[in-house]
Amino acid sequence: MEFLSYLISGISLGSVYAIIALGYTMVYGIAKMLNFAHGDVIMVGGYVSFYATSALSSSLLGPDASMGAVAAGKIISILLAVLVCTVLGIIIERLAYKPLRSATSLAVLITAIGVSYFLQNAAQLLFGTAPKSFTPVVQNQLSLFGGQLNISYVSLLTVIACIIIMLALTAFTSKSKLGKAMRACSEDKGAAQLMGINVNRTISMTFAIGSALAAVAGVLLCSFSPTLMPTTGSMPGIKAFTAAVFGGIGSIPGAFLGGILLGIIESMAKAYISTQLANAIVFAVLIVVLLVRPAGLLGKYVPEKV
Amino acid sequence: MAKEFERGKMVPVPSHSIIPERDIDKSPILECSHLGIQFGGLKAVDDFNLTIGRTEIAGLIGPNGAGKTTVFNLLTKVYQPTKGTILLDGMDTTGKTTVQINRMGIARTFQNIRLFGNLSVEDNVKIGLHNQEAYSALTGILRLPGYWKREKAAHQRALELLSIFDMQDMAEAKAGSLPYGAQRRLEIVRALATNPSLLLLDEPAAGMNPSETAELMENIVKIRDMFHIAVLLIEHDMSLVMSICEGICVLNFGQVIAKGTAEEIQSNPAVIEAYLGKKKEG
Amino acid sequence: MKRLGTMKKASKANFATYLGVIIAFVVVSLLKSGGVLSSSLSGLLIPVCCYVVMALSLNLTVGVLGELSLGHAGFMSVGAFSGIVAAMSLQEAIPFAPLRLAVAMVVGALFAAVAGVIVGVPVLRLRGDYLAIVTLAFGEIIKDLLTCLLVGYDSNGLHILFNASGTLTVADLGMDETGVAIIKGAQGATGTVTIATFAAGFVLILVTLFIILNLVNSRSGRAVMAIRDNRIAAESVGINITKYKLMAFVLSAALAGAAGALYGLNYSNLAASKFNFNTSILVLVFVVLGGLGNMWGSIIAAVVLTILPEALREFADYRMLVYAIVLILVMLATNNDQLKNLLKKIIPVRKGGLGDGERV
Repeated sequence: MEFLSYLISGISLGSVYAIIALGYTMVYGIAKMLNFAHGDVIMVGGYVSFYATSALSSSLLGPDASMGAVAAGKIISILLAVLVCTVLGIIIERLAYKPLRSATSLAVLITAIGVSYFLQNAAQLLFGTAPKSFTPVVQNQLSLFGGQLNISYVSLLTVIACIIIMLALTAFTSKSKLGKAMRACSEDKGAAQLMGINVNRTISMTFAIGSALAAVAGVLLCSFSPTLMPTTGSMPGIKAFTAAVFGGIGSIPGAFLGGILLGIIESMAKAYISTQLANAIVFAVLIVVLLVRPAGLLGKYVPEKV
Repeated sequence: MAKEFERGKMVPVPSHSIIPERDIDKSPILECSHLGIQFGGLKAVDDFNLTIGRTEIAGLIGPNGAGKTTVFNLLTKVYQPTKGTILLDGMDTTGKTTVQINRMGIARTFQNIRLFGNLSVEDNVKIGLHNQEAYSALTGILRLPGYWKREKAAHQRALELLSIFDMQDMAEAKAGSLPYGAQRRLEIVRALATNPSLLLLDEPAAGMNPSETAELMENIVKIRDMFHIAVLLIEHDMSLVMSICEGICVLNFGQVIAKGTAEEIQSNPAVIEAYLGKKKEG
Repeated sequence: MKRLGTMKKASKANFATYLGVIIAFVVVSLLKSGGVLSSSLSGLLIPVCCYVVMALSLNLTVGVLGELSLGHAGFMSVGAFSGIVAAMSLQEAIPFAPLRLAVAMVVGALFAAVAGVIVGVPVLRLRGDYLAIVTLAFGEIIKDLLTCLLVGYDSNGLHILFNASGTLTVADLGMDETGVAIIKGAQGATGTVTIATFAAGFVLILVTLFIILNLVNSRSGRAVMAIRDNRIAAESVGINITKYKLMAFVLSAALAGAAGALYGLNYSNLAASKFNFNTSILVLVFVVLGGLGNMWGSIIAAVVLTILPEALREFADYRMLVYAIVLILVMLATNNDQLKNLLKKIIPVRKGGLGDGERV
């Protein structure tokens, strides 16, 4: 039972990583850049949702609002977070990354780091450094086996959300026109442009989708560990990036698989080995996987042509 | 063609190849037998047999995608062959790495130029001299006497080699900023710096105009005569191949379809078919 | 005769770099003794020296070898903690503090070099962004491992415990009554006798410059740069890729370790969490802004960007925000094609440096 509950919490934590990693992987696949600011967009999503929820509950809903109204308020706050993050993602791409389209990947990386610093410090000025306590989107838990196994509804919601997002993204990239344009850009931007694909718009849309996912991930992440700070997004961002690389960066099923596995490894390491070393173990597993499969679990290894 | 080059008389050797008569007393520099590599199900090169004489200038021709560069990659162990053997100067090269192959005596140039673009022309040649003028990292950092001695020797050797192509005045220019033809020549100089006994040139005349090509031909012959080495070149410029190559090997779909002298190749029906397509019956 | 010209040019540029560092040291020392420097600024002198060495050493990996490393702070922390342990346990054996500091820096460099080998052997097989993410992972692992470390020193020598379960304390080291705890797990090193000096930092910068500049202008340095510019061509001319990659990487780690030891001995309390991912990134920013392969640029960037947040003190809360905006604007300005060409005319690219247009 104990093992099962650790496994479940690992899977649900992994689902959050997977949602973030999906955003990472899409941006990397197309823009070929390590977007270190992605984690901070998560944090912004968390704050927007936090303030929207508290504003709605204090002004509109009042203390004795009906269940339906509260649920509607929650949904509105999530949608608002998605909207703000999407717009933020597009703005960041337009102002900071687009002018560097032909620059070195290192220059883009440093700029992304600058954006990350900017978001963290702006959040610090706007929202303060004191941690906010976040109310989970759904409360209570499911009791099974006469209370021996408790699964919070947040966990269930996260796993379900993650699976839906993964399937939707897979369908989107393989079926829709924009999705196909994204895959074309990821293979060869020049050729895509010659085929009449608007590369800039496609990249911009990819950032929009990635940031929207980050917002969802932000709400779910804060529902798990309900303290919200300007630096909340950094470590999950790095770990989700690790998950994306672990699964094979650029691959949507890879990001999903990588995220889930990472969550399970972290949860098990915390439970059975050492809380302090959980992160180190996660990173060590990544290193071992990359040494055996240099392009990640589901990635394609393309040797350099001579 | 303005200039006639002297080409040696070719004689057959036991391995179903021909080598120049002048090299017959010496062991061949290269003997490939039944060489092959498969990528997945595709036989990129299959049953490739070739013998090259000590001082031969040999040509490897064939339509695009025939597997010519793959042969170079097999010879230099960029790819490990899945079948067959390569004897370099009589020594088996099975299991050797690219680096070891270079030290054993094969140097090459690349179809898509691969210079050290951010470094100077002279430094590019000095990097070719890496194993010729060797001293340890510590000697270099501490500027011990060995450093000064070796650096001086490397500098002189680099200028000597550059002067073969009249490039000594460009020694300080950045390699990446050279004109295309000069970059191709620099690649040859860098390969020569490693002191090879077999030089592989991958499309050395690509992108050159006719007068540059003519000069290149003279230089290839000059290099062979100066260093007494063998040259194997891949080239699409038939005037170059037919004027300087002694033995020519024609590859199509990974297989050797003809071997012989320029005259034999030019009249070989299989070669004509590979290049021009089958004549319509009728 | 031409070559004599280039040799003169290369050594002239190197000479100018050495001279610049020496003049800067003399001027700052005079200002300091004249009491012109504010106390916050003079407190920054040793960290500035450490960051300069960190930037120079990372430039060896990123600019000269051309591999992106996001875990350089890991090597700094190995150097810091091993240096602290060395200095603290040698207090009686070597009473002369400057010598003890030198020994500590050498110990820090050696331990960091060992860490460099352990990290480098697997990591350098990977390429590009995969290599970057694995260096990041190693940096975090090193930090987490050091967080579990308990070290004490008594009359019987060193006592070391690895506190993986998080339940052990200094008492478990089993030291006698003369025992002093040097490193206390997550708290880090506490009660360190601070023996770091600005002069030592200056000497370390000179030594680092001497090693890197001489390496770059030698056979081994050329081999490293050849690998950076074209790995396949480097192999084809008989350069042992693994050997030279590892050499540059380990040398870079060792120099970072020496800088770490100096840094560690400048603070009486120092936690391993100081050397996290953000510190690695900070140093990378110095290197990129200073110019890849450009040692002088690394020095200036490290000095300016370490002092800048201090100078922006009047902006108080806004200073890190300003820093972020400045960083983004500088990156945009130096990578925008028109501005870049303009800058290229003003600042010539140095030998061994990458042009701005080339991919790493």
